[in-house]
Amino acid sequence: MTDRSLILSGVLFALLLAAPVLLPLIGESYLLGLIIKAMLLAIAAISLDLLIGHGGMVSLGHAAFVGIGAYTAAIGLENGVENILVLLAMTLAMTGLVALVTGILALRTSGVYFLMITLAFGQMIYFTLTSLAAYGGDDGLTLWSLATLFGSDVVQSGSGLYFVVLGTLFVTWLGIYRISRSRFGRVLRAARDNPERAEVMGYPITRYRLIAYLIAAMIAGVSGLLLVQHAEFVSPALAAWQRSGDLIVVVVLGGLGTRNGAILGAFFIVIVEEVLGAIIHEWRLIYGPLLVLMVLFAKGGLSDLLDFKSSRGTAP
Amino acid sequence: MNTLEIQRLNKSFGALNVSQDISFSVAHDECHALIGPNGAGKTTLIHQISGVLRADSGDILLDGKNITHASVSQRVQAGLGRTFQITSILPSFSVLENTAIAAQAKSGSSMRFWRDAALETDLNETAQATLERVGLADRADSLAADLSHGELRLLELAIALAAKPKFLLLDEPMAGLGRTESAALVTLLSNLRGSLPMLLVEHDMNAIFQLADKVSVLVDGAIVASGTPDEVRADPIARSAYLGQGAA
Ligand SMILES: Nc1ncnc2c1ncn2[C@@H]1O[C@H](COP(=O)(O)OP(=O)(O)OP(=O)(O)O)[C@@H](O)[C@H]1O
Ligand SMILES: [Mg+2]
Repeated sequence: MTDRSLILSGVLFALLLAAPVLLPLIGESYLLGLIIKAMLLAIAAISLDLLIGHGGMVSLGHAAFVGIGAYTAAIGLENGVENILVLLAMTLAMTGLVALVTGILALRTSGVYFLMITLAFGQMIYFTLTSLAAYGGDDGLTLWSLATLFGSDVVQSGSGLYFVVLGTLFVTWLGIYRISRSRFGRVLRAARDNPERAEVMGYPITRYRLIAYLIAAMIAGVSGLLLVQHAEFVSPALAAWQRSGDLIVVVVLGGLGTRNGAILGAFFIVIVEEVLGAIIHEWRLIYGPLLVLMVLFAKGGLSDLLDFKSSRGTAP
Repeated sequence: MNTLEIQRLNKSFGALNVSQDISFSVAHDECHALIGPNGAGKTTLIHQISGVLRADSGDILLDGKNITHASVSQRVQAGLGRTFQITSILPSFSVLENTAIAAQAKSGSSMRFWRDAALETDLNETAQATLERVGLADRADSLAADLSHGELRLLELAIALAAKPKFLLLDEPMAGLGRTESAALVTLLSNLRGSLPMLLVEHDMNAIFQLADKVSVLVDGAIVASGTPDEVRADPIARSAYLGQGAA
C-alpha cells in the first residue's frame, strides 16, 4: 500500500514538473494557470488534512488563514514591501499569531463545538476583511505591483511562479507526510483516536493540537500569499466559510490522512468544475450529486480508488 | 519509604461525597488492594491520583514529592502509571504501536517532527519486551480494535507498563475476564509484585488474597477498614460492609 501510493506521488510530481514543457508543445499552455490553481488548493488542503485526517479536528474556518495570508501580502505590497521573502515572513507571523489566539480558545472544545467555533472565528476574520475599506472592502483589491525576489520578477508569472508554487506544494506535501509519521504525528493521531488515553499516557494533547493548528494555519497563509501572486487580486471571499467547506470536500474526497489524498482531491475538484462548467451553465446541479456518489462509493477517497488493495488509509 | 501517600483526600460531586478524608500509604514493595461495593468511589479515587480528576482538598505524594497540583502528564513523568476499568486503548493503532507510544512518553521529547517514529528501534524493543511480558507478543502486529476482550485487558496493562512506571494504579484489571484468563493475569501481577508498588482495585477476592499485602475497604467514599488480608477478612465492619456479600 505504502509503495503504491509512493509511486503515485512520483507520477504526480513528475507530471507537474513536466507540464510547463509538455503543455506548450500541444498548444494548451493556458492549462498551466488551472494547474497553479489546483496546486494552491492542494497546499491549503494538505494543511487542513493535518488537522482533520491526522488530528481529528474538523475546522470549518481554515480558509480564513488563506485570506489572512493573502491580505497580509496584499497590504504589504500596497505599502511598498516587495521582497517575497519579507512578505512570506509577514504572512507566517500574521497567520501564526491569529492561529495562536483563536487556537487556544477553539481547542478548549472538540467535535461539533470545534467546528462551530472555527466557523465563528472564520466569519469574524471574513467580516474584518470586508471592513478594510482602504483595501477594497467587500469588492477586494486588484494589485498593480507584485512581489519580487530581490528585485527580480521571476516569481511573478509564467513558469517562474509555476515552479515556486510546485516547490511549495512539494515541500508542504513532504513536510506533512513526515510530520504524520513522526513522534509528534503519532501523538496527534493518538489524541484523535482516544484523547483521554493519550493524555493519561503522558501527553498534554492540547499543546500538540495547538502546534498542529499553527502549522496548518501558516501553510494555508502561504497558499494565500501565492494566490495573490497568481490572481493579482484579493477579496474577502477567499476567507468565506464556503471556501472552508470546499477545502473539507477536497480532503474528504481525496482520502483523509492519506499520502496523496489532498492533491488528488484538489485536482479532481478543479478539473470537474472546469469540465462541467464548460459543458453546462448549471454545472452545480451535477456537481452536488456527483460528490454524494463519490462519498458513498469511495469511502476511503480517491487515493483509495487508486490503491486497489487497501481498505482504509487513516493509519500509515 | 512510602512510594504513594494519600493525605486527607476529599472530593464531592454536588451533594455526593465520593472521597471522605481518605488517607493511606503504599510502601515501595507493597501491593495495596482497595475493595468496596459498586459506587463506593474507587474509580474516582484512581482518577484523582492519576490527575484525571482534581481532589477538592488533601494531598497526594509520590516518592515524597507533592503531586496534588501536577497535570496528568507531569504525573506520568513523575512515574505514575494506570489502567482503566473500562478498556481504553488506541483502536486504530497496532498492538505494538499502542505500546510503543506509551514508551515514547518517557523517552525524551515527542516534539519531533521529521523522523519516522515507527522506525525507532529502542521504542519498538521496549514495546516488544513489554508485550512479551504480558503474553501479547504474537499479536504485536494486529490492529488493537481486532483484539478479544481478554487480549484488550492485557494490552491495557502493557500500555501502563511500557512507560516504566514507579507506581501502578490498577482499576479492576480482571474485569470481564474468564477463570483461566484471570488466573494468568494474577500470576503476571504476582511477578510484578515486590518490584513495582501498586494500588489494586479489584472485586475478585481470590485475586486479592493472592496479591495484596494490605487491603482497605472503601464504603460510600470513606475507608472503613484497613489491614492485612487476613485482618480485613476477620474484621466485622469490613465483613458486613462488603465481604459478607461475596464470601461463601
Ligand atoms: N463525573 C461524575 N459526576 C457525578 N457523579 C459521579 C461522577 N463520576 C462518578 N460519580 C458517582 O460517584 C460514585 C462513585 O463512582 P465510582 O465510579 O468511583 O465508583 P466505583 O467504586 O469505581 O464503582 P464500581 O465498582 O462500579 O466501578 C458513584 O455513585 C457515581 O455515580
Ligand atoms: Mg470503578
